[in-house]
Amino acid sequence: MFEIFTRLADWLVYQLMGLSPETKLGDALHFFVEDVSKIYVLLVVMIYLIALARASLNVVRVRDFLAGRHRGVGYLLGSGFGAITPFCSCSSIPVFLGFTSAGIPVGITMAFLLTSPLINEVAVLLLLSLLGWKFTVLYVLVGMAVGVLGGVFLDQIRAERWLQSFARKALERGQQQAPAQSGPAVRLSFAERHQFAKSETGEIFGRVWKWVIIGVGLGAALHGFVPDGWIESHLGDGQWWSVPAAVALGIPLYSNATGVIPVMESLIVNGLPIGTTLAFCMSTVAASFPEFILLKQVMQWRLLAILFAVLLAAFTLVGWIFNVLTPFI
Amino acid sequence: MKQIKVLGSGCSKCIKTAEIISKVAAEVGADVNIIKETDPEAIMNYGVMSTPAVVIDEQVVHSGSIPGQDAIRGWLS
Repeated sequence: MFEIFTRLADWLVYQLMGLSPETKLGDALHFFVEDVSKIYVLLVVMIYLIALARASLNVVRVRDFLAGRHRGVGYLLGSGFGAITPFCSCSSIPVFLGFTSAGIPVGITMAFLLTSPLINEVAVLLLLSLLGWKFTVLYVLVGMAVGVLGGVFLDQIRAERWLQSFARKALERGQQQAPAQSGPAVRLSFAERHQFAKSETGEIFGRVWKWVIIGVGLGAALHGFVPDGWIESHLGDGQWWSVPAAVALGIPLYSNATGVIPVMESLIVNGLPIGTTLAFCMSTVAASFPEFILLKQVMQWRLLAILFAVLLAAFTLVGWIFNVLTPFI
Repeated sequence: MKQIKVLGSGCSKCIKTAEIISKVAAEVGADVNIIKETDPEAIMNYGVMSTPAVVIDEQVVHSGSIPGQDAIRGWLS
């Protein structure tokens, strides 16, 4: 089904531009054209279809659903909804406060917010098409585990102590009142769903197209210009420090999941161990300074520092565990 | 004079929202005062979780996206 993109790249790079598949440039360019065209088509089709299905899901309904839940299921549900609910990362703070003022524990809210950048429908689709279903299932499980365990940990240390005082008061008020009941779900007509899906497709594509170019471009450069086996012999198994190094490298780099997945593909194909790749990519996507500085509006420095340390430790552990488990997958 | 607040943390969509409202207001000759509200506590007190949101005379009329011109004309009339 994806052959058509290989043919398109054959035609464009080898015939039209006259490059030889034997040269590094031809090889890298072919890889670039094939992947970018494939990803663009997949993105447009899949974002539209998924938006059609979830047109009536929004953060208000998720909040009303999560409010008053038992903690045990709360973390799982929070993380699950974080994966599927659409919301712009510039809304993180209002979402945090909205959940908090409904009395939802900080850990459940953070399970939602931590999982959200790691897993989304675009990321899952890209993973499926580029790296196969096994890796996709693995990625989703690990992403949710980071969200759930991070949330549990924050509640265990009573993280609400270190919220900014207005947020802490809002949480206390919210816990005293009965959970809000939202009305019945709005029934949307197909025309309304189509309208939503169309604007979602335009918006998400408008946001991620350049990341795809950057991601695949980096991937193509790795693919064409880094000698085979170089990564494997320098950063392969056996070097325990390569995982924390990959995590540290990911902090100043910031990308969303869409941009980083094409890079993941070429790193793995070039022989970087799966665990190290996962650690690098999760750190790039979820641990970014600008996002953390935003959180300062609702959290004190102490909690921010704890959260950051927890994330880095989690990604490092994920890396080590998967590097050990790779032979069994 | 209508008091209009655009709620949001200063992201590009919030800036666009304020621009488009002032453009429409100028077109229809409405007398408005537009304020950008970026304080998270104030946004929370309006019960808004998706920004940009629009508040007219202390009533939340819109949230989660850049409003369409027709909707804005409706609010201003």
